[in-house]
Amino acid sequence: MPEIHVAKIAQFPDGERRIVRAGDTEIGVFHWQGRYYAYENLCVHQGGPACEGVIMHKVEDVIAADKTWSGQKFSKDEIHFVCPWHGYEYDLKTGECAADRKLKLKSFEVVKRGEDVYVVAG
Amino acid sequence: MLELPLSDFRKMAVEEFDTTKLLAHASRQAEERSYKNFPIIDVDSHHYELESFHEILEYMEDPVLQQLAMSASQATSKGNGVMPGGVGYQDMGGRVTRYPLRKIEKAEGGKHRDITLTKRWMDAMGIDLAVMFPSPMLQLGLHPQVEVEVALSRAYNRWLVERVLSHEPRIRSMLYLPFNDPEASYKMVQEFGTAKGVNGFMVTSARHRPVHHNAYMKTYALLEEMNLPLAFHAGYNWNDQAMGMMNKFISVHAIGFVFFNMVHITNWLMNGMPERFPKLKVLWIESGLAWLPFMMQRLDNEYMMRSSEAPMLKRLPSEYMRDMFYSSQPMEMTDMGALETTFRMIKADTQLLYSSDYPHWDFDLPSTIYDLPFLSEEAKRNILGGNAMRVFNLTLPA
Ligand code: FES
Repeated sequence: MPEIHVAKIAQFPDGERRIVRAGDTEIGVFHWQGRYYAYENLCVHQGGPACEGVIMHKVEDVIAADKTWSGQKFSKDEIHFVCPWHGYEYDLKTGECAADRKLKLKSFEVVKRGEDVYVVAG
Repeated sequence: MLELPLSDFRKMAVEEFDTTKLLAHASRQAEERSYKNFPIIDVDSHHYELESFHEILEYMEDPVLQQLAMSASQATSKGNGVMPGGVGYQDMGGRVTRYPLRKIEKAEGGKHRDITLTKRWMDAMGIDLAVMFPSPMLQLGLHPQVEVEVALSRAYNRWLVERVLSHEPRIRSMLYLPFNDPEASYKMVQEFGTAKGVNGFMVTSARHRPVHHNAYMKTYALLEEMNLPLAFHAGYNWNDQAMGMMNKFISVHAIGFVFFNMVHITNWLMNGMPERFPKLKVLWIESGLAWLPFMMQRLDNEYMMRSSEAPMLKRLPSEYMRDMFYSSQPMEMTDMGALETTFRMIKADTQLLYSSDYPHWDFDLPSTIYDLPFLSEEAKRNILGGNAMRVFNLTLPA
């Protein structure tokens, strides 16, 4: 499996993402809370650059014990990246489409070697 | 540089924005599907006319309204106070990044910014010719002052023809009809019906005027005589009492963008307009397609029992609907079986016209049509361009 160089670890801060190419395939690599995740940059909707949009926490409704709605908040742990074309949201840790988890982006393995991060394309 | 606000007090810094880069995957689709081998015509796309509001106001004839609008827009820079509308979250909190980033996009080349930016996305998607409509002005039919709708739309139409359409043959429009003033609408057709780049006229659907009122008959007759199509462009009105019961933009958009067109098409049919103007081409824009099987079944079923209330009709409502034209976007694509049935019901091969709605949030690429598993190559090409060429009597610019 070819390994594609993503970045120097020191130059890829937590919370950021890089887009790399492996032949015709574009891969989005995310660094989030100490871990790396990589997915094909191809949205399941209309083929947009799924990995290039904003990184936002999942929005949640706050429902009280008596079932009344008392507001909204951002999730503390579920983080999404959002396709910039029309807003399809993807779970950053699984690549699943948040609105329908049967839909999923192709994922890739990420490895650290020495000072560098690589993605295993294939 | 622009900083987009994110969840958690984070921000995303963006240095530059380039539509060609944003749509790089669309260009790839265009190449893989050889769009260059056949015409693609987009019958509903948009620009943001308030970005040129000061230019448009130069074309406003009433000096008092002009001064009023200039002053209001100077105070707010976005036409607030002059334009109706307001609440709405098309950009989904910046998730659809082209909304906030648009202002940092560079448009060199010496042409009007709207021409440069429009051609940029057209080229990326493989679109040969686009019919362009305004954005905030889609709400202008809700303006409480009829005379302001007339003055602003006339200024806009004059500006559009002179500054945009005359300079770019690949961009066309169906001009805004100030429908709340039937006489002014008639005059608009008389004055601009043969102007360069004008392919018909458009009624913004979000308004409260019945389309079958006698006052409009001479305008329809004139359009029919000039062989100019009439379009109804959907829009929502969150201020409507019924819509006001909904607390989310998703809800108002889902229902609001079909609601007015449902009312207008029902009036159009029950009052026998297709019998009165058999040659007038009528195009329903931006309501998607799922409402059409609903309307056909609903109206046919009631007509069979209550035909005395629609005595002008000689055929079933659905049969007249199959003579009308529909733009494709936002095409509901979550159930292919239902979509295939819809295509059959509306005779999509001849009646459906591809539209992107770009740059709005729910745009559709040509591949939404081209990749449909149940269409022949000929049907795909008709829907993507051939049908529009026929409806608008178009020849492509060299
Ligand atoms: S292509 Fe990604 S949301 Fe539509």
